[in-house]
Amino acid sequence: MSEKTTQKEKSSRQSMPEQKAEVRKRNFEEVPLGYSKEAAMAEAKRCLQCKKPSCIEGCPVGVDIPGFINLIGEGKFAESIKKIWEKNSLPAICGRVCPQEIQCEGKCIVGKKAEPVAIGNLERFAADFERLYGKGEIPSKMKSTGKKIAVVGSGPSGLTVAGDLILKGHDVTVLEAFHKTGGVLVYGIPEFRLPKSIVASEVATLEKLGVKINCNTVVGKSVTVDELFQEGYDAVYVGVGAGLPYFMNIPGENLIGVLSANEYLTRANLMKAYLFPNVDTPIPMGKNVAVLGAGNVAMDSARTAMRLGAEHVSIVYRRSRQEMPARSAEIHHAEEEGIEFKLLTNPTKFIGNDKGRVIGMECIKMELGEPDASGRRKPVPLKGSEFIVDCDLVVVAVGAGANPLLTRSTEGLSLNKGGYIIADLENGKTTKKGVWAGGDIVTGQATVILAMGAGRKAADSIHKYLNWGW
Amino acid sequence: MYKIVKREEMAEGTVVLNEIEAPSIAKKAKPGQFVILKANEEGERIPLTMADTDPEKGTITIIYMVVGKSTALFKTLKVGEGYQDVIGPLGQATHLDKVGTVVCVGGGTGVAVLYPITRGLKKMGNHVISIIGARTKSLLILEDKMKEASDEFYVCTDDGSYGHKGFVTEVLKNILDKTKVALAVGIGPVPMMKFVSKITKDYDVKTIVSLNPIMIDGTGMCGGCRVSVGGKTKFACVEGPEFDGHAVDYDELMKRLQAYREEEENCRLKFEASKKAA
Ligand SMILES: Cc1cc2nc3c(=O)[nH]c(=O)nc-3n(C[C@H](O)[C@H](O)[C@H](O)COP(=O)(O)OP(=O)(O)OC[C@H]3O[C@@H](n4cnc5c(N)ncnc54)[C@H](O)[C@@H]3O)c2cc1C
Ligand SMILES: Cc1cc2nc3c(=O)[nH]c(=O)nc-3n(C[C@H](O)[C@H](O)[C@H](O)COP(=O)(O)OP(=O)(O)OC[C@H]3O[C@@H](n4cnc5c(N)ncnc54)[C@H](O)[C@@H]3O)c2cc1C
Ligand code: SF4
Ligand code: SF4
Ligand code: FES
Repeated sequence: MSEKTTQKEKSSRQSMPEQKAEVRKRNFEEVPLGYSKEAAMAEAKRCLQCKKPSCIEGCPVGVDIPGFINLIGEGKFAESIKKIWEKNSLPAICGRVCPQEIQCEGKCIVGKKAEPVAIGNLERFAADFERLYGKGEIPSKMKSTGKKIAVVGSGPSGLTVAGDLILKGHDVTVLEAFHKTGGVLVYGIPEFRLPKSIVASEVATLEKLGVKINCNTVVGKSVTVDELFQEGYDAVYVGVGAGLPYFMNIPGENLIGVLSANEYLTRANLMKAYLFPNVDTPIPMGKNVAVLGAGNVAMDSARTAMRLGAEHVSIVYRRSRQEMPARSAEIHHAEEEGIEFKLLTNPTKFIGNDKGRVIGMECIKMELGEPDASGRRKPVPLKGSEFIVDCDLVVVAVGAGANPLLTRSTEGLSLNKGGYIIADLENGKTTKKGVWAGGDIVTGQATVILAMGAGRKAADSIHKYLNWGW
Repeated sequence: MYKIVKREEMAEGTVVLNEIEAPSIAKKAKPGQFVILKANEEGERIPLTMADTDPEKGTITIIYMVVGKSTALFKTLKVGEGYQDVIGPLGQATHLDKVGTVVCVGGGTGVAVLYPITRGLKKMGNHVISIIGARTKSLLILEDKMKEASDEFYVCTDDGSYGHKGFVTEVLKNILDKTKVALAVGIGPVPMMKFVSKITKDYDVKTIVSLNPIMIDGTGMCGGCRVSVGGKTKFACVEGPEFDGHAVDYDELMKRLQAYREEEENCRLKFEASKKAA
């Protein structure tokens, strides 16, 4: 083998084996299949083991990336996962859903000339290897402190807080409104992107460590935050997510067949409606589906519709391709699966039939104007460019807001204009004594890893408080 | 599991009562609030109003009409068995005040939803006039309890098999002609609530109705339960289920309730077939 080809092999990234687009677009099984041992070790060797690793700066929780990759390269998989766990307790999830291209991989030095090291794929490999072949060792706990903590919400931020505090010897109870734990990881992100068994196994580990889980508990209704203190909890962490769907507020939005992405995805994922009628929850089977928005939520909705048997699915987005906020891998996957992108297009009203069902929508063409507050060029409607798009199902995925159920029932908790909880970004402290908050309910809909990072900081702060006071 | 401690069939077995162990819900629940129940792993999340609660015993009572697969499945649950999940109390409680004379109008299983509100209004010291109706005598529910909670009490049946022959709205009109009423509460099938509200509007009587759109989470997260009230979209699970009867868009609600008609019917038929086979 000549010097040149070795160089070339070194510079090209190990491709991720995937289900073929033609097949996967009609099933709910996971799309990327994961690296083999050999592929993982080969990919690990592409890492230059930088002295000043810029990749770590890109990771919101500061995973020791060269450290864990080096161990994979040496075939020390069990050690590798331990290295990741030091900073990230849910690597099987993050490896799959982090927007790596703007985080760790976006900063990787190799990415300057070639494709960056596949940090996400490697993180996933280490975590999957441990789950499948590991000894299932659970970390040791510190001596019991007798302090009680209530964690409200079982999304990634709540699970992180629970995991950190149980190890520090506290008595932790997670209170979850739904009948299942996991937050967006179970009700939002579909099986084909994040198998639910992975989330379940993470939760099972927490339970093994002694975390108590009370599902079906809507804090603010079933019990209030103040009542939790009366019941003897010493601290409360609020990680309730951004559970309020935004709609377009245009005529015809209450027609049958116009659903929020939250409703559509909850039916599909949490209620497993894709198995209907073998489960009892139905889901609308659109033949011609339009999904409004171009974030992860929109891609997940569009790809779900395709898997439920739609003939045609389109993403309708008012900006251009460049501004689409979804992970690049998902945009790519969606395209491969035959989803059409109607860009620079904005719906102006929904059209229904006499039964109140949606049969189409009127849209207007947009063009990009001056940059707006977000720094992105603002889309402006092109006068007189209205046209009709036929569709029998519309999924609205244009963002989420702060759900007021808990916040409105809790006195002393300051909120910002959008209704999000004001919390110190360094430690998660709110304006109410003994109450911390983090994740989407503080930042607005963000990412899994940011929600976990906020949880970790809050857990440290809660631990300090329980030892030394507010 | 949330255990069923008492079970009764009413209205020729078309309506079922379950008293369920749920101590923390029983402690908190107020008239007008509902729970969401899920029978088993594959089950659907079904909202039902609490017809009664017993905080001491730690139980709640639901009364439901068997209309589709999920309620048919609920009907098969025996005493000692139970629901995998019960979530609540959800929704806003009825705003109970002393206002003077109130008329409570109930139709079908709506009477079950109406009963705790009627009792609450009576407890506040109002003069309570109740009108309940059903298609025929054998389908009437909670007659004795409603009677007990009322100062004046009327029954209607569509076929005249008992009480006044005709609709509850006819009796309501007679009362409004004679009496000065401060508040009306109308709970029952959507068309009934629509007509009750139409009449009370003519007499300028404030009216509360309780809406039953299709729900999933019951916490304001999905927007599936949206209804139009006074031209604005409301999430019935958190802002309701009670609304100003004069402002509700009933026609939209009736249509939205049909969203899954075909799917629901197929699901029910499959269930009936499997029951027969077993
Ligand atoms: C469809 C979809 C796809 C996404 N894809 C990605 C992705 O690919 N990559 C990525 O990084 N991020 C993604 N995100 C964003 C990411 O999932 C969120 O940022 C993250 O889950 C936030 O975590 P959290 O713990 O703050 O809240 P959540 O995950 O929202 O969890 C909050 C939990 O609190 C519960 N809860 C709410 N109110 C109450 C109450 N009153 N009492 C008790 N419990 C309550 C909820 O039921 C829920 O279980 C996606 C989001 C969605 C919706
Ligand atoms: C706040 C609230 C309180 C209610 N209280 C009572 C009560 O006390 N007693 C009672 O008999 N009924 C009550 N209902 C109605 C009850 O929830 C429905 O009859 C039940 O869900 C039907 O389910 P099914 O599977 O048996 O029937 P399906 O065959 O699924 O549906 C029959 C009809 O019920 C409605 N429906 C279906 N699924 C839902 C759902 N998830 N949520 C709401 N409606 C649905 C639809 O209009 C549908 O066409 C209430 C509804 C709401 C929203
Ligand atoms: S947690 Fe996310 S951002 Fe950090 S290294 Fe892992 S994949 Fe990259
Ligand atoms: S920047 Fe890239 S090459 Fe350097 S240590 Fe990080 S992953 Fe390895
Ligand atoms: S049931 Fe989901 S928002 Fe009301």
